[in-house]
Amino acid sequence: MAYSDKVLDHYNNPRNVGSLNKDSSSVGTGIVGAPECGDVMKLQIEVEGDRIVDAKFKTFGCGSAIASSSLATEWLRGKTLEEATAISNTEIVQELSLPPVKIHCSVLAEDAIKAAVSDFKRKHSEEDA
Amino acid sequence: MNGPIYLDYQATTPVDPRVLTAMLPYFSDVFGNAASRSHPFGWKAEKAVDNARAQCAALIGAHEKEIVFTSGSTEAINLALKGAAKMYASKGKHIITSLSEHKAVLDVAKHLEKEGYEITYLAPDEKGRHSAEQIEAAMREDTIVVSIMWANNEIGTIQPIHEIGKLCKERGVLFMCDGTQAAGKIPVDVNEAGVDLLCASGHKIYGPKGVGFLYVRRKNPRVRLVAQMDGGGHERGMRSGTLNVPGIVGLGAAAEVARLDLDSDAEHSVTLRERFEARVFKDLDQVFINGDPDNRLPGCSNLSFAYVEGESLIMGIPNLAVSSGSACTSASLEPSHVLQSMGVGDELAHSSIRFGFGRLTTEEEADYAADEIIRAVNKLRALSPLYEMAQEGIDLSQVNWTGH
Repeated sequence: MAYSDKVLDHYNNPRNVGSLNKDSSSVGTGIVGAPECGDVMKLQIEVEGDRIVDAKFKTFGCGSAIASSSLATEWLRGKTLEEATAISNTEIVQELSLPPVKIHCSVLAEDAIKAAVSDFKRKHSEEDA
Repeated sequence: MNGPIYLDYQATTPVDPRVLTAMLPYFSDVFGNAASRSHPFGWKAEKAVDNARAQCAALIGAHEKEIVFTSGSTEAINLALKGAAKMYASKGKHIITSLSEHKAVLDVAKHLEKEGYEITYLAPDEKGRHSAEQIEAAMREDTIVVSIMWANNEIGTIQPIHEIGKLCKERGVLFMCDGTQAAGKIPVDVNEAGVDLLCASGHKIYGPKGVGFLYVRRKNPRVRLVAQMDGGGHERGMRSGTLNVPGIVGLGAAAEVARLDLDSDAEHSVTLRERFEARVFKDLDQVFINGDPDNRLPGCSNLSFAYVEGESLIMGIPNLAVSSGSACTSASLEPSHVLQSMGVGDELAHSSIRFGFGRLTTEEEADYAADEIIRAVNKLRALSPLYEMAQEGIDLSQVNWTGH
């Protein structure tokens, strides 16, 4: 399979690989996918006020899945939570020129973003309660 | 190391220079039709074909009259299974095979199912093996053929062929064996093994592509087949079509070289495989051999690397020409049917890679391959949330994943 230059770039030089403290109240964690499906994404955001100041990922999956999550962390930094949840998989598909068989990778990245944001929000609604 | 290193010897092999030299005269100089009985052009071609027939027979301990040339193993399998099923339909319509067979066997079996035959697909054990007892338990009064491969193409597991052959003899059931990966790689003797039908392919044994043969037993019992190709009645009526003389000469030469070099070829491949695996296991944890370490083709190493995914692993080793057990690169996301049939979890099946070592592989290449895979796995594990969770002591099988 031929990969786009952008996928190869993210695969060879993944951005923001790592983990944030998942127990911190300023961190939201999203883990999506399943090992038996061949891909699992963990995406974490660190939030100050309403703005994402840091984002990290770790992904088990194909090159397109790694690239999609790497790209997502790049886009997340500096965005508000609202802007973050507005990121759609089609933007990722476009940016990385993903072929049809790899669209599910971008969907997974979108799901991971939403899961991380909702984890962060859940922590704070619990605190408020 | 320059350029991609070829480690896919179970997929195909380069033509040996000795084989190519033997073939060359038969394109333009000795170009006759082996079926032309009326002039020397035909006689010379026929003589070359007969010589190749004897060479192929010698490789598997058969008589030359038992060799039917085909376009390769797929055609030989079609002829053997469909031909025997049709010929013996009045005796019964039940066939036993394995879930880990090559698609050529499985697809023929499916075809026969549509025609009213009943197929029992047996699951191998966790090493990919079938016991004669398991096959015996599946036998019925109307069983006409057992089709079990000698050695598996993906994992290299070698079956207890002699025991299965003995059982089939006792029960009067034909034993068809896909010998594509075994013939020329390990000792194969159809009489010792009690095999009635066996296929082999030129390009797996350093011969040309597009040519192979089917061994058809002619004594105890005499096996008869319904031809699948109608025409001039070549190959004793079993396979019509003008013989591919240069290809057959190449197949014969490849069979002879493989027979004479069998031990040294095997020793070479085993040595390199052991060297490669030792290096990999020294540096990486959580690596698993798929197949049967005690009964394995000399040049085959199928490994699963836990916590990394196969397609991204292949991407990380662009200088190694290997095959992935995961079909993720195609439109389907199905992992290998062979690994699934052995009960390898989808997760490990997705991270499996087959490394094939052969006649031309060097020590330097085996070492380089090990270093490359170690580097790629370490890199991907640093990226893997599963590896991180496992390091934290989380039992991944207990996690409530959100499948998609």
